[in-house]
Amino acid sequence: MLKTFKLGGVHPPENKLSADKKIEILPIPKTVFIPVAQHIGAPATPTVKRGDEVKVGQIIAKSSSFVSTNIHSSVSGKVKKVDLSGDSSGYSKQGIFIDVSGDEWIEDIDRSENLVKEFDLDGRKIVQKIQDAGIVGLGGATFPTHVKLVPPKGMKAEVLLINGVECEPYLTSDHRLMLEKGDEILVGTQILMKAMNVEKAVIGIENNKPDAIKLLSEKVKNYKGLSVVALKVQYPQGGEKQLINAVTGKEVPSGGLPIAVGAVVSNVGTAFAVYEAIQKNKPLFERVVTITGKGVANPSNFKVRIGTATTELIEAAGGLPENTGKVISGGPMMGRAIASLDIPVTKGTSGILLMPEQESVRGDYISCIRCSRCVSVCPMGLEPYLLMTLGEKHVFDRLEDEKVMDCIECGSCSYTCPSNRPLLDYIRFGKAKVGQIMRSRKK
Amino acid sequence: MSITIVYTIATLSIIGTAAAVILYFVAQKFKVFEDPRIDQVEEALPSANCGGCGYAGCRAFAEACVKASDLGNLNCPVGGNETMNDVASLLGLEAVKKDPRVAYIRCNGTCDHRPKTSNFDGATTCAISASVYSGESDCEFGCLGHGDCVDSCEFDAIDLRAGMGVPLILDDKCVACGACVEACPKDLIELRKKFPKNRKIVVACRNEAKGGVARKACKVACIGCGKCEKECKFDAITIVNNLAFIDSDKCKLCRKCVAVCPTNAIIELNFPPRKIKVVEKKENSTA
Repeated sequence: MLKTFKLGGVHPPENKLSADKKIEILPIPKTVFIPVAQHIGAPATPTVKRGDEVKVGQIIAKSSSFVSTNIHSSVSGKVKKVDLSGDSSGYSKQGIFIDVSGDEWIEDIDRSENLVKEFDLDGRKIVQKIQDAGIVGLGGATFPTHVKLVPPKGMKAEVLLINGVECEPYLTSDHRLMLEKGDEILVGTQILMKAMNVEKAVIGIENNKPDAIKLLSEKVKNYKGLSVVALKVQYPQGGEKQLINAVTGKEVPSGGLPIAVGAVVSNVGTAFAVYEAIQKNKPLFERVVTITGKGVANPSNFKVRIGTATTELIEAAGGLPENTGKVISGGPMMGRAIASLDIPVTKGTSGILLMPEQESVRGDYISCIRCSRCVSVCPMGLEPYLLMTLGEKHVFDRLEDEKVMDCIECGSCSYTCPSNRPLLDYIRFGKAKVGQIMRSRKK
Repeated sequence: MSITIVYTIATLSIIGTAAAVILYFVAQKFKVFEDPRIDQVEEALPSANCGGCGYAGCRAFAEACVKASDLGNLNCPVGGNETMNDVASLLGLEAVKKDPRVAYIRCNGTCDHRPKTSNFDGATTCAISASVYSGESDCEFGCLGHGDCVDSCEFDAIDLRAGMGVPLILDDKCVACGACVEACPKDLIELRKKFPKNRKIVVACRNEAKGGVARKACKVACIGCGKCEKECKFDAITIVNNLAFIDSDKCKLCRKCVAVCPTNAIIELNFPPRKIKVVEKKENSTA
């Protein structure tokens, strides 16, 4: 029996259309727009101004606090302006526009493809280097990695979990990365283990990627302390609490961090970025993005410079299909529809999904029929129907008692609801309000 | 048989009398003194319990009035000056006259003015829509039109105007309680001074983007050009973040700013049509 998490979960159609497409390098665009807030935490402060010449890998915005990261230029050229522009939600955010000329990298970066296995930095220096390289969790949450690597006082990590689950339908960027950069990911994992001083690391991969499981199971034999676990296909296994439960059997307490059960979770993409940062001195300025969808002529996996406009990706995959109803940044379950096609690829963009109209548009919803499907699929053991009603009626104190803050916003409840009710919309709203109330109480 | 009834009545009467005596003394001992004026003041208030005064209902406001040494900071927006005069005479204080206020939605981005560029198919409340994305048009500051303000209004003073894109506040019903101001996630609603005949001159826009961007999103957006600021003789207009704002307490309703606004972002409401100017313009154009 394959392992999986204990509670709830759904299994949407996988639709991994681009799983056998090699990672291609997307041509460098003519202009890029690099937002200064691509991570959870304080936005970075721009250090360049209009007219400055920048090179690939140069810092263009510096982190302003501990929970924040540096932003590096992904192209070489001239800074056109530092201005506001719409992000994926349509709200204007500060960012840096760069006109591209050539492709000149800063000298420190090792651009060769050869694998470097040895490293002799100590833990503190690794964390510092990861912080300088602007690495964030590349699974989509974009939490600064260096913060995760420094556990709160009195807590000690025992095991590092590397998340190769990729439970979102359609997305294949992590899958392709594991197949093509397996050794690099494993070296990156070893670096992360050293940084946190743990002896054991487990790579969790869902069973719909047998090739990746086979390849990495072979490769881990050459590395100390690493192992691969095949997991049953179940959404949302990629959520860190679910992955910990699936692999170790432990349950993260309500409101607690994974470190409370001695675990730290990192994405395979993050492990690869860590490898590049430590062994090749390469900061995070490009990532693998899946561009996919049923109507897309050529679903692909591209290595994309941060700041490239979404339109460029869509063009490269064969253009926008005529009947597209929604363009989603991320996967179909947790991703968000974007407001404009001009928005840039950021550190958190794991995929761009073009959904046909008939599949994407939500119909009208009807009354709750008390079937309790949402309760049985909730991976956190919550009662989504109740949370929605409480959110609708603004009963925020009761929402807090019902542990709305434990919701991981996976969307399993909305996905499974036969009455088509917008459960997650209201839960997310309630969560935001309760969060506000809790923060104001602390002050 | 009859003796049982007599006993019962006697026993119950003794118990009743004893309990009454005990209760009387206990009530005397633990008596909470409550100013009788609180009840009187509460009587004078409109009992709308809307919270527009800033207190949790009319009773709490009445308590605050009785405690206060002057009524300068206390105002019942629903009852207005009349009610506050009654309250003042009950308490022997002096009423402070306050200008009545009225709410206004500072967005004129109806469907004709502001083209739709996307569709929102999530839960139809402004709060959720605003937390997910900027809205169905390119203007990230404008009205979302799902009617959170309509739901918040206890006085039926806001009409959703389905299909128009922006709700309308009915001045005669609005009591300026401020519930809609709280409800609007885009901070569009302002409580402005109420002029006679509901006349208003107002910048019906909250777009803080630069002129070009704002204009592209909406035909009647304020572009922050500053013409109105120069025109105003009463210092009522200020421009902050590419956006003009008319202070209704300083505005004298001269309507000069309306004439100079290049995008018609400043609108005049409930004024008689301007006869002289129209004639002048016609003469010019024919000449």
